[in-house]
Amino acid sequence: MLSCKKASRLCSEALDRELGLRERLALRMHLMMCSGCTNYHDQMAFIRRVTTRFADGDLPPHGETGSCSEDTPENR
Amino acid sequence: MTGRHTTPPATAPLPLLSDPALLSELHRDMLRFARLQLRDAELAEDAVQEAIEAALMNAATYAGTATLKTWVFGILRNKIIDILRRGSRSPLLSTVIGSDNDDEDGAIDALFRANGHWHPGSRPAAWAAPEESLENKQFWAVFEACLDHLAENVARVFMMREMLGLETAEICAELGITANNCHVILHRARTGLRGCLESNWFVKGACRTC
Repeated sequence: MLSCKKASRLCSEALDRELGLRERLALRMHLMMCSGCTNYHDQMAFIRRVTTRFADGDLPPHGETGSCSEDTPENR
Repeated sequence: MTGRHTTPPATAPLPLLSDPALLSELHRDMLRFARLQLRDAELAEDAVQEAIEAALMNAATYAGTATLKTWVFGILRNKIIDILRRGSRSPLLSTVIGSDNDDEDGAIDALFRANGHWHPGSRPAAWAAPEESLENKQFWAVFEACLDHLAENVARVFMMREMLGLETAEICAELGITANNCHVILHRARTGLRGCLESNWFVKGACRTC
């Protein structure tokens, strides 16, 4: 049984190399039972989308007004 | 906000590159990106100049399928990669990373209990509507701050992989580190970014709903 530490490492490595069959199965089994690592796994994919957009210069336009400035309950 | 996705017609004379105000904004964004990747103001300026010249010379090849800015950034990334390949490896990078060459990583270990399970405080939470954050410029400010918060050498390996799209084999060769070391560093970088985004945006951040 994979530990969360090892599972998170495999989630990361899956972005850099093709995992072996045994690694893929072990990771899939772990993710079925572990919501923390499932969140981690999904967030790794999200972070890749973020970095890809960043590297494309594809960011929301610069502006003086923050889109959050009006309805942000920052000080509640 | 949707306007930036508008693709100029392929026949347009690249207005972004001929309008001084737009060009100056593009130049500023490119320079920020290049400085982040190269950590050297002069090399960054070289990369940007070369990229803009190449874009102007090859304007005819712009197919109009990507936004113009994305197209120019693609050229810039290639220029940055050329410069990294031309240059000698950073001694700082090789010494600091070279001293950290085993499979274990203290920064990662701290997140887990001895049995390998997440510490309750570091267990990844579900994020609400992450995709919507991509359209929020405050999210990007947090992202850049989190990137900046990574150890410099960790950030460099991460950016070579994720922003310049180099394969780990090339990063290893370029920096003189092992593949395993590279995976340890990338794991640390991604985990660090993840935790930083979670605590400064998705969970504690007050902007989740906008």
